[in-house]
Amino acid sequence: MAVAFDEMNEPGGDVRQAYQELSRWLKETPPEALEYRRHEAELLFRRIGITFAVYGEAEAQERLIPFDVIPRIISAKEWTLLEKGLKQRVKALNMFLRDIYHGRDILRANVVPDDLIFQNPVFRPEMNGQDVPHDVYVHIAGIDIVRVDANDFIVLEDNARTPSGVSYMLENREIMMRLFPDLFARHRVAPVERYPDELLSCLRSVAPLSASAEPTVALMTPGIYNSAYYEHSFLADKLGIELVEGRDLIVKNDEVFMRTTEGLKRVDVIYRRVDDDFLDPLTFRPDSALGVPGLMSAYAAGNVTLANAVGTGIADDKAIYSYMPDVVKFYLGEEPILKNVQTWRCREPQDLSYVLDHLGELVVKEVHGSGGYGMLIGPAATKATIEAFRDKLKREPEGFIAQPTLALSTCPTCVASGLAPRHVDLRPFVLTGRDRTTIVPGGLTRVALKEGSLVVNSSQGGGTKDTWVLDE
Amino acid sequence: MLSRTAENLYWLARYVERAEYLARTIDATLRVTALPAAYIGKTNEWESALLTAGVSASFYEAYSEANEQNVVEYLSFNQSNPSSIKNCIEAARLNARSVRTALTSEMWDTLNGSWIELQEVWSKGTKTREELARFLRFVQETSLRFDGSAYRTMLRNDAYWFSRLGLHLERADNTARILDVKYHVLLPEDEHVGGPLDYYQWTSILRSVSALTAYHWVYRETLKPWLIADLLILNDTLPRSLASCYGNLVRNLDQIGVAYGRQGPSQRHARGVRNRLEHSNMDDVFQRGVHEFIQEFISDNSRLGEIITKQYLI
Repeated sequence: MAVAFDEMNEPGGDVRQAYQELSRWLKETPPEALEYRRHEAELLFRRIGITFAVYGEAEAQERLIPFDVIPRIISAKEWTLLEKGLKQRVKALNMFLRDIYHGRDILRANVVPDDLIFQNPVFRPEMNGQDVPHDVYVHIAGIDIVRVDANDFIVLEDNARTPSGVSYMLENREIMMRLFPDLFARHRVAPVERYPDELLSCLRSVAPLSASAEPTVALMTPGIYNSAYYEHSFLADKLGIELVEGRDLIVKNDEVFMRTTEGLKRVDVIYRRVDDDFLDPLTFRPDSALGVPGLMSAYAAGNVTLANAVGTGIADDKAIYSYMPDVVKFYLGEEPILKNVQTWRCREPQDLSYVLDHLGELVVKEVHGSGGYGMLIGPAATKATIEAFRDKLKREPEGFIAQPTLALSTCPTCVASGLAPRHVDLRPFVLTGRDRTTIVPGGLTRVALKEGSLVVNSSQGGGTKDTWVLDE
Repeated sequence: MLSRTAENLYWLARYVERAEYLARTIDATLRVTALPAAYIGKTNEWESALLTAGVSASFYEAYSEANEQNVVEYLSFNQSNPSSIKNCIEAARLNARSVRTALTSEMWDTLNGSWIELQEVWSKGTKTREELARFLRFVQETSLRFDGSAYRTMLRNDAYWFSRLGLHLERADNTARILDVKYHVLLPEDEHVGGPLDYYQWTSILRSVSALTAYHWVYRETLKPWLIADLLILNDTLPRSLASCYGNLVRNLDQIGVAYGRQGPSQRHARGVRNRLEHSNMDDVFQRGVHEFIQEFISDNSRLGEIITKQYLI
């Protein structure tokens, strides 16, 4: 594996431009002071109740995501490039979805194979021919980005269903500003606090035609036991909208209403953080207690907008991912600004045989997996694990893709022995409304706290950092 | 506001109030049982603590004897007792999580902080009387801080009024239950009300509704059962009296009615109960029988809970 790109220090020992002030500050600040602030930050997180749940862990039902107080810094120039690339990518995702559920030009042009769409469990035939307001399917996208060198940002994963983590972007900044006002004074950090306003105006801009001039927006959560519940309540609060559960909603004459103390009130736009499968027991899983019977028929009647739209999973599926560069070219006629990670599709015999021969070097992922589960990291795996994976691959090759082990870039991070480089990724949030796409300068930086680890997922020992985009 | 939000706020306040009441009951019982037997007679004060908490039946499914250790455990920490103090605080915090957006950060801080303390400091219960005393203080302070932060920081809108409804309804229920138990169950049949042995029990009742000092200020008399009853039932200057609770319930329901531009069955029912309290005096109450009076009140009060639920919360 190549040596990881260090975002602060150049190989020769020089400090990269964006990190110079931070580097000076770190030299002036005694380690105890950092440790003390770190402790203070943790108390704040616990006090505010910023927790997440890890499924399957009975004793620690609510856990804190470790927070690292050293910010991750992105220069203005880097951000400009990233922003352009993200807008391009999300535009293509939306066009792809519109096409898949309507004319299917891309399938006829043989850019993407039919069976990847029609045999995919996340493809929703209910959406065939259904129009969504302003052709926006993915209103909120979380695109996972990694760096491997100074020049390139690479997309690791598109999250087009119900991406989470934006509350950490906002809360991390709040806490950093409280703990390190002096450090902020020495930088020009672009603010992220307008995200809730941007999100609200994005959601209101896609209200259905039958909505009143002041459309009612609600955030739909699976409830307090969901791992991202804190984020749901946080966002509802910041947006000033009701946080509803399925049981708060009722469908009458193909319109959606919420039950209030003053009777029923119509809802026009639902920012839903509930998966497709659980939205409506009449259409999807009949055992779902989280959903609203009839919601899909109100949706089909065009009386409510769901954000994100139903069926967006077909665009962020790992099997589709490998086609994204072609998808971008097909719809926009442009070269993709953000690269993809080289990906072997195990469904193709040639790729499969390469993967089987190089299991020890590759990362193998389940096509429908997420959260870092069900993954093989070749260089870190034991022989037995590799052999077990080999069997799985042979049995069901179409269920997997493989990628080279990326040397994710590193950032200085507080660890027990002081400061040390740890691998990071970045999830910026892209908002698409009726007539514009916005990205608040920043995002969620996740950091793998274990030495050498490349897994940044919070469910597996990852932490977060505040992400600074310099404004100059 | 969402019906579910209103419901959560209402129950949240009820749970906190109930936790405080249980803490006061245990505290008062500890004091009276510390007296020599000659002062309190043969009654089992721990038994009556269970009765005022309304959990006597379920207690005997878990324990055979109502002694200090068992009752304190059951009322404070027992997992299978849905209204143990621990479960009340847990339920309150769970409700708070579901309606975080309707709470002020001060209210959330209080509940979340107490919940954390419950886990970190009190997860193993209490071993000594000193520890127990500290625990009971902690519970009462939680309730005071919660109530204080609601009072000082909440907008005066429906969220506040629904939370107050829960508080006053629960409080009225608690006060009525104490009266009921002390009058009905603890009164030996051959001894008339106000017998000599009762003195310390009356003290204990007043303590559990934090009204011992108030009694002396209001009546400037030695303890007399009918005055105690008068204080707890009819005196609307005492915050925990039935009359005061209903004054508040009527006021809060009216505020909701005005805000929503509509009155309904809960406003009418609450006004009915308050009017009966206003037009009663202790002579009537004794004549009709205190037990009957209280029983009727308890059922009216829980009826109000049902009506509020039907009118607003579902």
